[in-house]
Amino acid sequence: MFRKLQRCYGGVANSLPPRRGYASHPPNARLNIPTDYATTPLLHHSAKSSLANKELSEEARNGTTSRINLFQAVNAALSHALRSDQRVLLFGEDVAFGGVFRCSMNLATEFGDDRVFNTPLSEQGIMGFAIGAAMEGMRPVAEIQFADYVFPAFDQIVNEAAKCRYRAGHNADTMNCGGLVIRMPAGGVGHGGLYHTQSPESLFTHVPGMRVVVPRSPVQAKGLLLGAIASNDPVIFLEPKILYRAAVEHVPAEPYTLPLSTAEVLKEGKDVTIVSYGTPLYTCQSALAAAEKDLKCSVELIDLRTVYPWDRQTVMASVNKTGRCIVVHESAEVAATVQEGCFLRLEAPVQRVGGWSTHSGLAYEKFNIPDVVRVFDAIRTALDY
Amino acid sequence: MPTYRILDQAGRIVDPDCEPPNISTPDLLKLYKDMLTVSILDLIMFDAQRQGRISFYMVSAGEEGIAVGSASSLSPNDPIFAQYRETGIFQYRGFTPPDFMAQLFATRSDPGKGRNMPVHYGSREHNIHTISSPLATQIPQASGAAYAVKMQNARDPTGEQRVVACYFGEGAASEGDFHAALNIAATRACPVVFICRNNGFAISTPTLEQYRGDGIASRGVGYGIDTVRVDGNDILAVREVTRQARELALEDGGKPVLIEAMSYRVSHHSTSDDSFAYRAKVEVEDWKRRDNPITRLRKYLESKDLWDEAKEKDLRSETRKSILEAYRQAEKEKKPALRNMMEDVYEDLTEEQREQMESMRRTVERYPNEGVAPSSSQVRKVDVRIRARCLERQTTDSARPTPSPDRAEASNENSIHLPVCWDRTRQPVHHPELLAQNPIRLGGSSNFTDPRNTNG
Repeated sequence: MFRKLQRCYGGVANSLPPRRGYASHPPNARLNIPTDYATTPLLHHSAKSSLANKELSEEARNGTTSRINLFQAVNAALSHALRSDQRVLLFGEDVAFGGVFRCSMNLATEFGDDRVFNTPLSEQGIMGFAIGAAMEGMRPVAEIQFADYVFPAFDQIVNEAAKCRYRAGHNADTMNCGGLVIRMPAGGVGHGGLYHTQSPESLFTHVPGMRVVVPRSPVQAKGLLLGAIASNDPVIFLEPKILYRAAVEHVPAEPYTLPLSTAEVLKEGKDVTIVSYGTPLYTCQSALAAAEKDLKCSVELIDLRTVYPWDRQTVMASVNKTGRCIVVHESAEVAATVQEGCFLRLEAPVQRVGGWSTHSGLAYEKFNIPDVVRVFDAIRTALDY
Repeated sequence: MPTYRILDQAGRIVDPDCEPPNISTPDLLKLYKDMLTVSILDLIMFDAQRQGRISFYMVSAGEEGIAVGSASSLSPNDPIFAQYRETGIFQYRGFTPPDFMAQLFATRSDPGKGRNMPVHYGSREHNIHTISSPLATQIPQASGAAYAVKMQNARDPTGEQRVVACYFGEGAASEGDFHAALNIAATRACPVVFICRNNGFAISTPTLEQYRGDGIASRGVGYGIDTVRVDGNDILAVREVTRQARELALEDGGKPVLIEAMSYRVSHHSTSDDSFAYRAKVEVEDWKRRDNPITRLRKYLESKDLWDEAKEKDLRSETRKSILEAYRQAEKEKKPALRNMMEDVYEDLTEEQREQMESMRRTVERYPNEGVAPSSSQVRKVDVRIRARCLERQTTDSARPTPSPDRAEASNENSIHLPVCWDRTRQPVHHPELLAQNPIRLGGSSNFTDPRNTNG
């Protein structure tokens, strides 16, 4: 496609050598090759495998599937929530025309602009408005256009949403902001630079009162988002924006919720446990496949799904089995808990593979976000320790 | 609040009784050349993004006059805090094509060291603070900077008395930062000129869903700030309003002034946006045909015998040539070194960062073929979807050949020769009483148009 455009373009293009596209990788790379979303075992490539998921409702399991990507799964969940519960509202910047990532496509048309609407450009306003609506009995789904832009809303989230129930004391059951869901696209896409790349979930994982959820796939996004809307605790729902289009799988057509604060073991193993969530799971999957082949080991992969409050028991049970733990992301909390809960069983220090102590500079993203090599090397280090 | 203008859509002086603009011919021609340069740069770089040569771009189409016109009335020493659609201020203050290209291609000559997305320029030399994507954050910073400047002015009363200029859109004016900024600037009497580009859209959100009341200008009045609304397509009016605003900002030891410049975002929000998903193409075409700051000034220049078709052709060709030359050079230029990823987080690298760099080095040595070392192609990105484009447009976009710069410009040239009338659906109501309060002394009263009665 791009070569074709180059030919259409006059002076400049013809004088330049052909370019390799964004998805290119070093010619001799064996580990750092791009994720093949069409074959990764982390996605359901058939209806049968999708419907075999034991976490699904009976209704969903007996239904059909459609092959959709992550933004379409979010759209399906929002559509179901708006249809089945009149308390659900959906709003944020540019939501009415479908949202900049298309998650709210057609919802304003279908459910009306009283329930699906644009707000003025003010994150603190959006958040305070959403909290107020939740406190008076609605179930608002508020969109922050990019997670990088949530910071003006920090006060509302940390001091208000998180403490609402607690400060109500005896009235906690009726004076809380349960049903509030804060959706935000997050994470790197390769060229977002300082302000379209960040993953601020680690900041929210130190805020008791908030649940923080990060789905890894369309199936997970649909079920976890419906679980979040149904939850009586406020939820921050971070959608990995690179997966909006990249991750496509068979998603059960019927509505279903997936449990919050419950991790999922994606692959069982004996020697090393890798704990991660969201997009890096695909990197971990590639690294563990290479490591199992090259290093003759067996790796267990866990998706936290809810980053806070997180499923400590599943992780500790796994590490007590394998004796080695790698956390791919920046959760110091997981590393500290594993150290405390699995100390006598550990064969190697818990390793964390995350971004470096710097900002997400445009030109350096691929050196900053953990790649397959770094996860592979961490597995190797854990085994050799 | 009425809208001030000097030229009508045909480039004629609106009020013949009023003095013609006090501006020398070379200055007048610089305004024109700078606007034209920005528009040519925009066409070339928009296409460059479409071809995957740069990761992202934002054009100023329709708003060139606001940036260039206002910059022309500031001192080069006035610090500027801008948003991201003010390429014209960089052009006016002396950015050259290689300066633009170094940033856009994130080369090792980029003073920002390849860390920022394209169009996030910044320059110590030109006194323009680096652009930051989050909206409105620069506005209270401008108030604070103006307070610093106020104190410096007072300490050095014989030296140049400076002001701060701050640019933002009408969407950003919904952020709390905007309100905090105006209030603190008013209470601390800061010499700052706030310049709001009201272009009708915040990505897809039209002004009707952004605010109610008499536009952004009425906010200024509410905070006790001297405010004026100007026709942003009339560069001479923008220049004159900014000149007087700057003078006013320096009176009584300093005070803020708000300018609301009315315009229309002819372009998509960015290369990641397709605005025809939320506004009719015909609306945009109508605007382009009715009015444009560049053609309006061109008509004025032609009426004064200062410009003609031959000059136009020469200028376009020279400008395109110099931009394309810088483009070619920048594409060949090396990328910044990898250590720039870690440096400048603090003044010095931390012990932890040093260890992390060492860890990176070890990984490179251990896995030499895995591309973990920087290469010259490290920043080439295709098909950015920041502020993502809509799905259904994607296929048609990819299938459509990108026009050559020449053809694109030709279609731009054809676009303009009808008079403007303000879009009434987004023009606020007229409050004559505010005019009386308006302390900016601009021209004759017929320079103020009631948008409801303006038909060109």
